[in-house]
This record gives sequence, C-alpha cells and structure tokens, in this order.
Amino acid sequence: MSDLHSESVAFVRDTMLTPQSPPASQAGAIKWLRENLFSGPMNTILTILGVGIVVYLVNLGLPWFLHSVWNANSLAECRSAITATWGPDAHGACWAMIRERWSQFMFGFYPNVFYWRPILALLLLFVALAPILFAEFSNRLTIAGGVVAALVVWLAASYGEWLPVGILAVVAAIAGLLAVQGTKWPHNLIWFPIVYAGIAFWLLWGGSIFTPIAALAGIVVGWLAFRILAPIAGNIVAVTAAVVAPVLWWYFGSEPVIDLLSRALPRVEPFWLPPVDSDQFGGFVLAFVIGLTGIAFSLPMGIVLALGRRSDMLLVKALCVGFIEFIRGVPLITLLFTASLLLNYFLPPGTNFDIILRVIIMVTLFSAAYIAEVIRGGLAALPRGQYEAADALGLDYWKAQRLIIMPQALKISIPGIVSSFIGLFKDTTLVVFVALLDPLKGITDAVRASIEWKGIYWEPYIFVGAIFFLVCFSMSRYSMYLENRLKREHR
Amino acid sequence: MADPHAVTREINRSQMQVSEEIAIEIVKMNKWYGAFHVLRDIDLTVNRGERIVIAGPSGSGKSTLIRCINRLEEHQSGKIVVDGIELTSDLKNIDKVRSEVGMVFQHFNLFPHLTILENCTLAPIWVRKVPKKEAEATAMHFLEKVKIPEQANKYPGQLSGGQQQRVAIARSLCMKPRIMLFDEPTSALDPEMIKEVLDTMIELAEEGMTMLCVTHEMGFAQAVANRVIFMDQGQIVEQNEPTEFFNNPQSERTKLFLSQILGH
Repeated sequence: MSDLHSESVAFVRDTMLTPQSPPASQAGAIKWLRENLFSGPMNTILTILGVGIVVYLVNLGLPWFLHSVWNANSLAECRSAITATWGPDAHGACWAMIRERWSQFMFGFYPNVFYWRPILALLLLFVALAPILFAEFSNRLTIAGGVVAALVVWLAASYGEWLPVGILAVVAAIAGLLAVQGTKWPHNLIWFPIVYAGIAFWLLWGGSIFTPIAALAGIVVGWLAFRILAPIAGNIVAVTAAVVAPVLWWYFGSEPVIDLLSRALPRVEPFWLPPVDSDQFGGFVLAFVIGLTGIAFSLPMGIVLALGRRSDMLLVKALCVGFIEFIRGVPLITLLFTASLLLNYFLPPGTNFDIILRVIIMVTLFSAAYIAEVIRGGLAALPRGQYEAADALGLDYWKAQRLIIMPQALKISIPGIVSSFIGLFKDTTLVVFVALLDPLKGITDAVRASIEWKGIYWEPYIFVGAIFFLVCFSMSRYSMYLENRLKREHR
Repeated sequence: MADPHAVTREINRSQMQVSEEIAIEIVKMNKWYGAFHVLRDIDLTVNRGERIVIAGPSGSGKSTLIRCINRLEEHQSGKIVVDGIELTSDLKNIDKVRSEVGMVFQHFNLFPHLTILENCTLAPIWVRKVPKKEAEATAMHFLEKVKIPEQANKYPGQLSGGQQQRVAIARSLCMKPRIMLFDEPTSALDPEMIKEVLDTMIELAEEGMTMLCVTHEMGFAQAVANRVIFMDQGQIVEQNEPTEFFNNPQSERTKLFLSQILGH
C-alpha cells in the first residue's frame, strides 16, 4: 500500500509519522569518549596534557594530605610524628592545630562559658529562616531541623554547662515545633524573624533583656504612628511619621524606660545575661554576625534605592543616584576606615558607638548600592505591559510594586542578588583592617603567633577557606533551588 | 467583501440599548509626544451602552486615544470626563477612573507569576477590598463566562494566546467595570484564536456593556458596533453608523483605507 495518492493529487499524507528512538551509534560510553575527549588530533593532545596536569597536581598534594596528623599539641610534635611514620623526607598536614584551636576559629575570644549563646543564636536562626527559605518541603525540613538541633545540643554539651544545655533543648523543641508549623503556614510566622533579631542581639551581647525589647518597641511605635495617622492625614504624612517616630523613640524615649525596667528587676538570668564586649567577638561568629545582618538589611535597602533611582521625583532620584554612585565608586576598606576612625571626629565626644555596629552599617550600605543596581536590572527587564496592566486595574504605586512588579523583578534578579550576598559574606574578612578578629587573618595570625603553632602555614588558610566555600556554595545552590521553585513558564 | 472573521451568528440585540446618559466626554483634547502632535482637537461623546469601533492606519493615534481615557497616557490640553470624573493629575481621581474602566491589551499583559484565578482576584481584593472567598466566586463566574474555568489554577504561560486574552477580559470584568476599552485585542493572535476572543467580546456587547474597541476586525465592527470612528494623523476624520460607514464612506481618506483593508 502506498502512502501517496500520486495518481489523483500532488501530495497527501494520510498516516502521520510516529517518533522513533535514535540510532544505536548515538549512545554509549565509547561514543561519548570519542566525541568529547578524542574527536581530533588537537583534542587528543589537550586531553593527554590535561590528564598529565591533574596527575602532577594530585601527586604533589595527595601525600601531604595522606600524611596528615590529627593528634598533637604543637607543630613540633606533628613534625616528629610525620618523620617517625613516613620517613625523614615526608611532608604532611598538621590538622591537629584545628582540633586544638577550633573554638578560637569559631568564637574568637568570646568567653568559653558563654559559647552556648552564639550556638543557640545560630540554631534559632535556622528556625527563623525556615519559613522564609523553604515554603514547601515540610517533611525533609523537619528531619533536617532535628539533625541540626541534635548537633547543636551535642556541641553545647561538649562545652560543659548543663543548665544552658537544658534550656537549649527546651527552646530547640519549641523552636522545632514552630518551624514545622511555619513551613505549613509561612505567613503565621513572619513575625519571628523580626523578634529573632532582638533575641540574637541579646544572646550575643548580653545585658538587660529590655534593650532589645525597647529597640523592637520602636518598630511597634512606627507601625502605630502609621496606623493612627494614615486615615486622618493621608499616606505621605503617615509614612513620614512611621519613620520619624521610632527614631525619636530610640533617641529619647527608650533609654529612661530601659533604665527604669532594669532597675526594677534583679540582675538574674531570665532578665539579664552577663554582657560580652564587642572586642571579644571574633572568628566565624563575627563573620556570621556581620554577614547575616548585612544581608538582612541590604536587601530591603537595595529595593528602596532601586525604586528611588527609577522615581519620577527629581530629588529622590538625585539622592539615590548620588548615593549609589558614591558607594560604588569607593573601596569598602575606605568605608570601614571611615567607620572606625573618622566617625569619631563627627560624633559628639563621649558617645560610645559600637565598632561592630559601625562596620555592619558600612557593609550594609556598600552591599545595598550593588543590590540596588542588580534589582534595577530586574525592573528594567520587565515588559512595560506589566506596569500598564497594574495601572489599568487601579492598583496604586505601592500595591503595584509589592504585588506585581517586585515579585517578578526580584525573581529575575535572584542570581545577581545572591552573588552580592556571597560577595558581602566574603568581604567580612576585610574587618581585619579595623582591628577586628576575622577568621581568615585575625584569628590565623593569633594562632600562628603562639609558641605551639609558630610556622604553620597552609592548614589554617585551607580550613578557613573550606568553611567559606561551604557557606558560599550553599548560598549558590540555594539560589538555584529558589529559581527553580519560582519557575512559572511550563511551556 | 472578503473578511475571514465575518460574524455569522445571530446577534441578540435585546439588551444592546444606547441610553441618554453620558459615559465619556472628551472636549478639544490635544496630546503631544515631545514635539510630535499625536492627538489633535479630539471631540468625542460616548453614551452609556454604546459600542464604538475605532479604526485607522497605524500611527493614527487610535491606541493613544483610548489609553488617554484611563490615563495610561497624559493629555496636555482639553478635557476628558469619565463617568462624571474629570481626569486631572489628581491621583485619587485617576485610580477611581481606572477601577471603573476595564482595559484589554494587545499583548494580554497577564501577570505571569500568578495563577489565572489570582490574576482575576488580585484587583478586587486589593483595590475594591472584596473578601477573598467572594472575589474567587466572582472570578470563577467570569472564567466560566469566557469558557475557561478549568484553567483557573494554571499559570498564564501554560495557556494559548486566545485563552490568555479571554483571561485578560475576565480579569477586567472581575472589577465590574462600567466601560471596557479594547486595544487591538486580536492583533497578536493566530487566526484560529481570533474567533474565540471576538465571540467573548460579542457576548459582552449583547449584555449592554459600553465598549470602545481599537480593532481591524471589520466583520466585528459591522455586526456589533453602533458607531465606527475613522482616525488619521491624530484626528477624527469620519464617524458614522457601520452600514453607512462601510457602504457609503464620505472622505477620500476613508475610501482609500477601506479599499486597502477590504479590497483583497
């Protein structure tokens, strides 16, 4: 039977073709090798050369890793152990240094009896972030949460002090429950990250619990001001009041209230934690405090700056452009020096403005300028029709931004925003220039200056680098997961 | 006359009545893009229940005209009054007019990050403050009307062009507008999908909606419109009821235009 009615018409198909599997030569490992590694003389040479380089590098580094020593009290002990086992010419890594100085890398000079405080802050961080970061996977997340909680309790226990561990376990259990709930109804838990900021501050720096409460009360004051004024005086007045009222509260109102309350209550543990000074912060606690606070504040600030830069209002636009271009045109170290030295000239004498807080402000401003430009790119990529459709439906500017424009612009900007976050986290090592003990140079120098570990070179940098890599790589993978989750084009 | 989308079905005219009430009044309106005079001395009064088709060559200002009616474009002189509200730079008035006037775009402009249902409920919930349940019920009602209730939980990217445009119409209707503007609603569609969108628009006309359509679908104009406006170089050149307009055009420019789009 023929497919064609060639007698009557030029061409008519009456059976449609079904798709078939590809020929056998298109599959298999040998095929792959030939195509990708040995497809021609040039590629064959390059492949052999590449394999050679890899072999050389492994040959160079692997023995060093294989000869590692994990148990020793000093570099000299390490070396004699290596010589004893592998012969006089052998080289080996001395990871015993990390085993011994681990807590210094993590906590700097934070008092060891209080190690549980930053650990608890870290645990609660996961609880606070879970509802924001993972809106979907409740089961896997519960398991992960359990593992993290167990790990943290074990860590805390290994630093002695059973009373805090007990408190920790209880809090972890409650927090875990909240986290699971949060994954089911993320909107119910949106307040927790804000409260978390206060809790983390109190745990890390200690002092009266009323300090963070009074600070958070500022937000409530602002919200109340907006709520009361919005129906009476209109949006612009209300927004201004919502910004000014908390500042007034923080500047004038909060201190007498804190004083009064802390005097009324005894200085015991639920209300008062022994204070820890900013000088004692160091290592990864410092990197995380600066990095995470910077990340948390630079994103909203970047959004505001990006909107300001696209604004029709000339003054707002000029201010935003000026700010962004100034910050981007100046190295971060300049800003950090300004924060640590110059600011003292401008502040009234006697003001004690915490050095970590100053650094956080500078890092946040720096990162916000970059994020603003990334988001501006996302805004520019949106078709004009999206703005017009939002306008045509009667949505006002802020509603259109919040419901239509920002969700899409931020989604487009995810890779750029996460790059900025990664950059910010790595830049926290620059605080060494203002005499803070960052993990890379500050702590490493302290370790290498000690008698036991004088002369150690590769190991601390590899260790610190590996932790930075782990954190940054996780952020990068998370951004890919997020992009996938938000993908809406299923064509 | 060879029109591939000639409307063949019977139109139910029982509710298509033009009332005395004025819906839109445009007086001596002018607009410039920089130095370019896009709209010149536009005078137009639209009564409630009118179905007006605006035709004309590209660049004649017809899209700009209807975009001025909900202030997507600003006019520089003259007066536009919609539903008794004059359009000035007062943002409150603009938002009020916009929530009363529905608009359908050439490129649909659905919100790709929201489901079809969310696209339809967003404005009622945030602008009209309708409770979510009620807004969803209304949205489903209009999605049924445009015959795609089963797509409610999909995203716009999963729908065909014709389906997307019908969702866009449903999205506008959810705001219960008193006037609908259509800006070349079928120009970006495949021929197979034009009919389904036109059918939806005809149904809307049959229910007595006040409509202004910029379109090249002359079959639609003949079947549904009670007035056809022809524009060229930013001016209204001719307007008439459709039979007269098509069979007995007065100006030379109209005759040329009609011969070009209907001649083949």
